[in-house]
Amino acid sequence: MAPAMSVSSLGYEVTSPNYKETELTLRLPGESRTQKSGTKRGFSERVETELNSSVGDSRGMIFEDDQLANEVISAAAKSPKSKAEVVGWPPVKSTRKLNKACKYVKVAVDGAPYLRKVDLEMYNSYQQLLTALQEMFSCFTICNYLNERKLMDPVNGSEYVPTYEDKDGDWMLVGDVPWEMFVESSKRLRLMKSSEAIGLGSSEDTFKNAQAKVVEEAFNYSAQ
Amino acid sequence: MAYSFPEEVLEHVFTFVTSDKDRNSVSLVCKSWYEIERGSRRRVFIGNCYAVSPAIMIRRFPEVRSVEIKGKPHFADYNLVPEGWGGYVYPWIVAMARDYPLLEEIRLKRMVVSDDALELISRSFKNFKVLAMSSCEGFSTDGLAAIASNCKNLRELDLQECDVDDQSGHWFCHFPDTFTSLVSLNIACIESDVSLPALERLVARCPNLRSLRLNRAVPLEKLPYLLCRAPQLVEFGTGAYSAELRTDVFVNLASAFSGCKYLKGLSGFWDVVPAYIPAVYSLCSGLTCLNLSYATIQTPELAKLVSLCHNLQRLWVLDYIEDTGLEALAASCKDLRELRVFPSDPFGAEPNVALTEQGLVSVSEGCPKLESVLYFCRQMSNAALIAIASNRPNLTRFRLCILEPRVPDYLTLEPLDEGFGAIVERCKNLHRLSLSGLLTDRVFQYIGTHGKKIEMLSIAFAGDSDLGLHHVLSGCESLKKLEIRDCPFGDKALLANAAKLETMRSLWMSSCQVSYGACKLLGQKMPRLNVEVIDERGPPDSRPESCFVEKLYIYRTVAGRRMDMPNFIWKIDKDTGFRLS
Repeated sequence: MAPAMSVSSLGYEVTSPNYKETELTLRLPGESRTQKSGTKRGFSERVETELNSSVGDSRGMIFEDDQLANEVISAAAKSPKSKAEVVGWPPVKSTRKLNKACKYVKVAVDGAPYLRKVDLEMYNSYQQLLTALQEMFSCFTICNYLNERKLMDPVNGSEYVPTYEDKDGDWMLVGDVPWEMFVESSKRLRLMKSSEAIGLGSSEDTFKNAQAKVVEEAFNYSAQ
Repeated sequence: MAYSFPEEVLEHVFTFVTSDKDRNSVSLVCKSWYEIERGSRRRVFIGNCYAVSPAIMIRRFPEVRSVEIKGKPHFADYNLVPEGWGGYVYPWIVAMARDYPLLEEIRLKRMVVSDDALELISRSFKNFKVLAMSSCEGFSTDGLAAIASNCKNLRELDLQECDVDDQSGHWFCHFPDTFTSLVSLNIACIESDVSLPALERLVARCPNLRSLRLNRAVPLEKLPYLLCRAPQLVEFGTGAYSAELRTDVFVNLASAFSGCKYLKGLSGFWDVVPAYIPAVYSLCSGLTCLNLSYATIQTPELAKLVSLCHNLQRLWVLDYIEDTGLEALAASCKDLRELRVFPSDPFGAEPNVALTEQGLVSVSEGCPKLESVLYFCRQMSNAALIAIASNRPNLTRFRLCILEPRVPDYLTLEPLDEGFGAIVERCKNLHRLSLSGLLTDRVFQYIGTHGKKIEMLSIAFAGDSDLGLHHVLSGCESLKKLEIRDCPFGDKALLANAAKLETMRSLWMSSCQVSYGACKLLGQKMPRLNVEVIDERGPPDSRPESCFVEKLYIYRTVAGRRMDMPNFIWKIDKDTGFRLS
């Protein structure tokens, strides 16, 4: 079992402004972080701008661990359907993503002030979706903490469980149903603090089973 | 001061001055002309809803009948503007409900429109005629039901690419039986089924219906009935263009289309079954506008269709047309003015179609009137761009999107500076330009030197340093809108050209290198600019001033600071740095 990735390993230090480090870099979709094309490299602009942030920043940085970064990136790149894409590029309106159906749902995170929209049709599995959510809300890490893998905010230590509202208006745990059924029936997503998520489903056991299932299915890529 | 014409005469003369620009000029001649002009202006265009307040608009122009308002920055179309940014139309509607009882037309783009706003519109303006919303969101079919029920004189309901919360198709039944004034209906973006009997009755009783754009849910088999009841249509958008292959369906459809002698524009074509395409052949020679950008038909049928449209002026199509189809277009459609080629698989790693730069070169050679281009492709060369520029110096809009960022000339591996340089140098009337591919500061030098008429410029993943931005801001005299993402442009260029920003509508910069300190300085020194820092990492002053901001939106305004910002947007004040909104 790979060593657990603790919160402290995600910390980093910035002393004086180092312009080389703050150089804007960007990786072309599909490349891993260790590759370089010219002077431009890097997975997402969010990661690189984080390099500017001070230690006291409220959001920790993910992908400090290059190996993890590479794995996540290659996991995303493996899918024929979802390319590791830069937000908003190429500049095609969502109404034009037409050949496949396009299923945009809003994603809310308990405690965060903003919503995002995500196109469920871009992903083939829960694993890809959760990876994408992690990138979008970069305060989270896939935390291999004590053998349980959840989305966790390293700052306040809360765990978040992905949930969704289905066509009937019920809030369900993500992972309950087969992927295609989930895409078809979900109207919006919410990353709920796991303390509040207890009670979804008919019993504690159902919850635990569902949670275990999500975790297993979602994070089933090679050891970290 | 004495003037020779009485007011009424001047007012009458001014009715012939229709463009905003000209009316603005008229109003500057002298005070009396200002007064007469403002009393007689009927149409107002607000390019940025936060640049001016409803109160200011109403105070200056008391007799307006038609208003057009735009909200979110253009990059909102590509999900770069977070939810909750703003652009709410409601305050405008409230003010106009009170002071413009005779308002007839409301046109909105990228605004958030609530059901309450729609309800208020429907109840406030007795003579309301036109509601046109493009890329708007925030409303449901309940709001549309209010419009349908209450707007007795409605002529136009146009929902262009709106995000509608679809409760049900029942809203459509709210048009009363006495309602007959419809001229234009566009419901293409509505996902749910609309009552077909209600639609049929509506079409049958509106003799002035000229433009009808249906949604995907209207089946092909229903089209003949609709078309036969509206043979006067000038513009038509089909629903899903698919059905079982049946001769009788085909014959009915072809016959119905052939009855539409005035049809000039055709669109729709979702889920196309190619066998039904020939049903429109009888229309082709009359068509000036063809929107096949949702039609997944492949080259042979596509090329055949397009080559029948000898009078085509505007073509929107997917890259399934390929280079061969574009050659056919170039050979057949000598009146072509505008071409847009959209990507069928924008996120695929490998090309799925044989569309290259050559297709665009062919069209530029064959179509002498081509002036507007939007082209998505995977490879480009300087040679091709230079050829296009030399073939078509009459280009006015040129938007090229090479799907991968920072891709060089595929033949020489050089940056595409020379190619785009040729475009700006040759095309003297170019007013809209979007760049892509590998570009250094040099291209911006060309743009600054030659792009004197450029009004809107879009830049992504380009440039080496602040010099690039400086060239643009100091050289492009006509610049109104500048939008930049993922470029190494920062403080120096921005601060050196601060005054320029007051001559523009807006500047968007995201994932660039502008520091919070520079934003603060700009906000403090330039009171007539709103400097909005969009940063979802928490308060910018919790980080060092040298930290780059995620996104920056700067616009000129006479309305002061806006009061409806969400808590991830930080307005820079002229006083003490910033205050939480």
